[in-house]
Amino acid sequence: MKFKSSKDYQGDEYRLLPIRFRRLPWERDRVFASSLSGQWTFLTHDELRRCIQRDRPPQQSLDDLESVGCLERSPEQHTFAPLLSQLRTRMARLTAGPALHLFVVSLRCDHSCGYCQVSRQSPDASRFDMSEETAQLAVERLFAWPSPTLTIEFQGGEPLLSFARVQQIVKSIVKRNGMEGRELRFVIASTLHHLDDERLEFCRKHHIQLSTSLDGPAELHNLNRPLPSRDSYERTIRAIQYARSALGHDAVSALTTLTRATLSKPEAVIDEYVRQGFSSIFLRPLSPYGFARRTQTRSAYTIAEFNEFYKRALKYLVQLNTVGTYIEETYATLILRMLLMPQSHGYVDLRSPTGAGLGTIVYNYDGKVYPSDEARMLAAMGDDTFCMGTVFQSVEDWYSSPAMRVLLSNGVSESTPGCTDCAYLPYCGSDPIDSYARSGEPAGHRPSSAFCRRHMSLFDLLVELLDRGDSDTQRVLESWVFRQPLHEILPHAVGAN
Amino acid sequence: MLAKRTSAAVSCVSNPLVGKVVGPRDLANETHNVERCFLDLRQLANAVISDELISLPWLGFITADPRRVEGRCTISALSDDTVIAEGDVIRIAPKARYVDVLYRRSANANALFVTERCTNFCVMCSQPPREVNDRWRITELTQVIDLIDRTEQWLGITGGEPTLLGEDLYHLIRACGSKLPTTALHVLTNGRRFAEHPYANQAQNVHHDVTWGIPLYGDVAHLHDYVVQHEGAFAETIRGLYQLARIGQKIEIRVVLVKDTLARLSKLASYIRWNFPFVTHVALMGLEPQGFARANYEAIWQDPADFASKLEDSVSILHNRGIRTSIYNLPLCVLPVSLWRFARRSISDWKNTYLDACAHCRVRDECCGFFSSATKHWISRAITPISDLREVSP
Repeated sequence: MKFKSSKDYQGDEYRLLPIRFRRLPWERDRVFASSLSGQWTFLTHDELRRCIQRDRPPQQSLDDLESVGCLERSPEQHTFAPLLSQLRTRMARLTAGPALHLFVVSLRCDHSCGYCQVSRQSPDASRFDMSEETAQLAVERLFAWPSPTLTIEFQGGEPLLSFARVQQIVKSIVKRNGMEGRELRFVIASTLHHLDDERLEFCRKHHIQLSTSLDGPAELHNLNRPLPSRDSYERTIRAIQYARSALGHDAVSALTTLTRATLSKPEAVIDEYVRQGFSSIFLRPLSPYGFARRTQTRSAYTIAEFNEFYKRALKYLVQLNTVGTYIEETYATLILRMLLMPQSHGYVDLRSPTGAGLGTIVYNYDGKVYPSDEARMLAAMGDDTFCMGTVFQSVEDWYSSPAMRVLLSNGVSESTPGCTDCAYLPYCGSDPIDSYARSGEPAGHRPSSAFCRRHMSLFDLLVELLDRGDSDTQRVLESWVFRQPLHEILPHAVGAN
Repeated sequence: MLAKRTSAAVSCVSNPLVGKVVGPRDLANETHNVERCFLDLRQLANAVISDELISLPWLGFITADPRRVEGRCTISALSDDTVIAEGDVIRIAPKARYVDVLYRRSANANALFVTERCTNFCVMCSQPPREVNDRWRITELTQVIDLIDRTEQWLGITGGEPTLLGEDLYHLIRACGSKLPTTALHVLTNGRRFAEHPYANQAQNVHHDVTWGIPLYGDVAHLHDYVVQHEGAFAETIRGLYQLARIGQKIEIRVVLVKDTLARLSKLASYIRWNFPFVTHVALMGLEPQGFARANYEAIWQDPADFASKLEDSVSILHNRGIRTSIYNLPLCVLPVSLWRFARRSISDWKNTYLDACAHCRVRDECCGFFSSATKHWISRAITPISDLREVSP
């Protein structure tokens, strides 16, 4: 018998596939290199250079790059099946069309939050309610989309102040779905202050989930979310418990909005979430819209300040998890999931092609249709650039609108200046509406973009933790990503992606 | 360890015969198609052996005293009496002075050996392929399936490369499904043939509980191709894995720990975790010192003492993702205690043995032990009996 040696199968030829790389800010002579589909590896800058320039390339580097889909050796031996499978997985969402549908049933609200993105109206201004006819047409349009799963989220204002409309829409969708057979998920975004037994019973019957705002302990929450009666926090906590007792613990989720006042107290906010029995917290900075922009001086902060806050918060979360309290940070988990497995995610704000109009549709109270919540906020501020049309038109009309053309020509990172060469592109998103809101230009300008700066530092932070975080931190992050209890997460040497 | 073949005197046989061994318990408890059974007279009390019983059309008799059944087919003078037992399926042939056990009721693992031919030529193959025409095996195995206990929980299908049987492999699997409806199947294949769409598609619904065990030896093409000695095998195996996943098949990935594979083991674990999270099991397997492995010792052997931490990393990478992971064929004393929970008693009992040193080991009964073919240089320098469990408790 004759056996060939391993060298005989190696060959000298190789072909480079698209590679994006970034020097590690914490170790400038090493790089993070990613493939078309987002599989990645670390190597030294010199190793990468030698592979690219074919200057005595080290075998191990060639192997590492081949393994993650950045290079092929001989075409006779190579297969693109993994790369294609990953791309297919990541892009699967495109074939289904928008799955997240926001119904703005009313702009009325009784809160007067300084950071409100919505331009709320006073509780008795009924001309800011969605009409029955508009609601009915919106439901018709909803079923024009091909997505097998539809999430219908009611927003406001305060949707519970227009509950009759919510009921009409839910009933009408459920009825129509008898023929359609889509997988439905209903969510109401609300302060929950206006819940009563009858409304809860309706939510229970239709498996409606509730999403509320909880900004931290009483002093922070009441500061951020003022009511004339100054008891927003107490009411919110009572309502969360009330709703949980009727719908089950997991039917209620909470979102926090971070203002300047919060930035110095990450531990207090996190502790509040733990105290209220939440197993996740979503730490995201303020967006530049609505009232938020007008009150910027009071509540705003720089991205650098946010990052400091975020790092401290993450450290505290890791600490809590290692002593047995499971609580994850939603955004870190989302990004790490993309770094550690090829997958499509439901989060519409971090996608390329953009989630605006492709992943989500907003049906406004006045019958106008927008590609995202941010677009309707711009409209509320007097700029209707991103209006796709009205519920009186067909979805085909919406897709041929000038608004959609702007989104499609600026909403693909692969062809956006500054994004196209970024090593983090496979995990990031394109948000032309955000670019437009901040700079007046939908393509945006990466060097001055707050969106870009925030995400670059977030990716850097998480990749650094994967590279050289301590074992506890790495284990906690993996337990978030793979949804395993921490004691089942075993330590392993870094560099394995 | 109990061999699967023993020498014996066989008389009055004109064709190869496959039959099931019937002894005292089965004789009392079950009805038999006696024409397909060997009656084991060794265990029967003389009082039971009536002329009436003998006169039934048994396929043959296993006996120490062939004169009792003169003129009938007999198996006698077994060099090891324990090799054949009640419930087993055995084969005898004219002029062959031995008996083969094709199925053993008491074994921890039984497999149908479907062909000696293979499309790979692995450097550590314990069952070197031969280019022979052995289609006769299918006919024989169809008989064997008829005779296997219906209560059998698990049955392997192995070779050689089973997919070389083409459509016949699917026929065989279907036969198992109908004759042995509660038996889980495990097919060992290099998976390359499943890269062909039409062939893979036929695997759909072929059986309600079949796992395809497919070896993968590297995260890069040349590494796998070297281990299996075939350029292009990696690409086909990878495409085969995706095809089987597409039609919802259960897949196990098997990694044999040869030296070159070990060099990139944690990268391979990451590659599996990233690309094939759908697999139901990954087995990381120590070498079996048999066949080509013996010839290629220098090229493939690495002492487990020298790759323990690499193994820990790789197991963690897979386990953390929720992928069920096992370590086969590595004794507990060469593994870090953290890995003991992943180690299985994986060696088939007919080729399993323990060393003298194991006699006083406290964990011998949980340990896989050794292949009986393991000579001195195949045994890790780290082998040492675990005398005090407190020393190793984490």
